[in-house]
Parts: sequence; structure tokens; C-alpha cells
Amino acid sequence: MASAIFFYIFAALAVGSGAAVILTKNPVHAVLFLILAFFNAAGLFVLLSAEFLAMLLVIVYVGAVAVLFLFVVMMLDVDFAELKAGFIKNAGIGALVGGIVLAEILALVGYRGLTAASTLNVASPVPAAGSDITNTQALGEILYTKYVYFFEASGLILFVAMIGAIVLTLKHREGVKRQSISAQVARGPKTGLEIIKVPSGGSVIPPAAKHPEAAE
Amino acid sequence: MTIGLGHYLVVAACLFTLGIFGIFLNRKNVIVILLSIELMLLAVNINFVAFSHFNGDLVGQVFALFVLTVAAAESAIGLAIMVVYFRNRGSIAVEDINMMKG
Repeated sequence: MASAIFFYIFAALAVGSGAAVILTKNPVHAVLFLILAFFNAAGLFVLLSAEFLAMLLVIVYVGAVAVLFLFVVMMLDVDFAELKAGFIKNAGIGALVGGIVLAEILALVGYRGLTAASTLNVASPVPAAGSDITNTQALGEILYTKYVYFFEASGLILFVAMIGAIVLTLKHREGVKRQSISAQVARGPKTGLEIIKVPSGGSVIPPAAKHPEAAE
Repeated sequence: MTIGLGHYLVVAACLFTLGIFGIFLNRKNVIVILLSIELMLLAVNINFVAFSHFNGDLVGQVFALFVLTVAAAESAIGLAIMVVYFRNRGSIAVEDINMMKG
């Protein structure tokens, strides 16, 4: 009974904040509503006894992805009011396509009358209710044995994404002084020292002072 | 009043549809399109975890883990492309993205 109440609270808030994500005018508000949607989805995961995924959703999405979105939205100086033009014009076809998809999925769910299938061949059963194996431990026991190659492949995906994001956004600016360690190490008396004859009563400006870049 | 598999599937279907609707509704704003894609991936994850729970199979949660990984990579790359694009063109409107004449 209590879990049913929690389900309805989490579900209503998740769907409501999902609607607010696409309807709100300010993208910062949209990202904040997305965070709310993810929190409520994490609540649904807890109800489904997938505690590890629920915490992962909060850490990865709220802690990393949503903050990344917020950072980008705030960094880019975009006129969002202008981007909202054509909002009503597209609403009709969007509602049509979305309504068809929703009706199809709901019809499928209703037609199959989906219930828990006890006759399925279960590849990796969840730990029994009374056992003291936690969800995290059970997940780790199959993730690092049966699915270790997929696990490593996902690590590779994250690695490639990290390199791609860095390469895409790295900008080489001209005219920035950088330390050149090899030039510093190779510097000896021949290149680092210059003897200038100063005429008595006169003055000279050393060439290194005139062109600071030449000293590098 | 027991909560079954169908309840969770209906929630996921609503979220997925909201994601599709959001892409149509905000055709010009790349940021909201990326947010809508995140919503759709969240709906898929809810489906995976719901089936995993009600079928007693842990593999659904493992797959949801991989979906999370790919979603994080996708949003990082998407935002990086968007930042580079904004730096070059000063706009993130979808209709301005036509440099490649594809």
C-alpha cells in the first residue's frame, strides 16, 4: 500500500517534470526540471529494488550530465526567446506523432496484459528476498564475470567520448607564451650569454631586450 | 492496489512520448533536443529495470547500466559539438546548421 502511494507520487512527478522540461521557456529551468525527473526516476528504481542503479542515476545524471548541461546553457550566450519561435506551429504535428506513439505503446501494453512471466529462462536471477546479498553485490557478481567484456567496452566508449570532447573543444590560441622545456635545457653558455662591447660614455640596448621572443 | 509491470511501462511510455514531443516542439533549440533525448533514454531505462524486477532477471539492470554509459558519452560529445558550433557561428539554432550542405 505504501509502495503504491510512493509509486504514484514518483510517477506523477517524473511525468510532470518531464512535461515541464519540454514546455518551459528558459533552458536553465528545463535542465532543473530534468534533474527533478531523474530524481523521481531514481525513486522508481528504488521501488523496483534496483538500488544501485538508482544511486548511479543520481550520481551520474544529476552530478555529472545535468551539471554539464547547466554549465553549457549558462556559458553560451544565446537568445532563447528567438529560438522559441514556431513553438505553436510545430505543436500540432508533434502532438500527432507523440499521440500515435503513446497510443501504440499503451495498446501493446494493454494487449499483452504484461505480467511477470515465471516460465521464462532467467539468465541471472535476482537474489532471493531473504538473502543478505545486496543488489550492488549481485550486480557486480555478474557484471565482472559474465559481462566483463561489455563492461570493458563501455569503459572504452567513455574513454573515446572523453578524448573526443577534449579534441573538439581544445582551442590553440596564437600569441600565448608557453614554457619550452627542451629549449630551456638546451640553453648553454653559447646561446645564453652574449658579450657586448659598451663604448665608454655611451650605451647599447642588448638585442634580447629589444626582441623578447628572440630569447626563446 | 498492487503496482504491476504495466504501471511502470505506462510511466515509461509517457516519458518516451514526452521526449518525442519535445523534439518536435523545440525544433530550433539544440539544447532542449538533447534534453529530450535524455528523457527518452531514461524511459528506456525504466522499462529495462521494470522488466528486470518483474521477471526476476538481473540482466536488465546490467543493460540499463550500459545504456547509462552510452547516454553519458552521447551527451558529452553532443555538448562538445554544440560548444564548438556556437564558437564558430554564434548560434545554436538548428536551421543554421547547414554548413555541410548535407
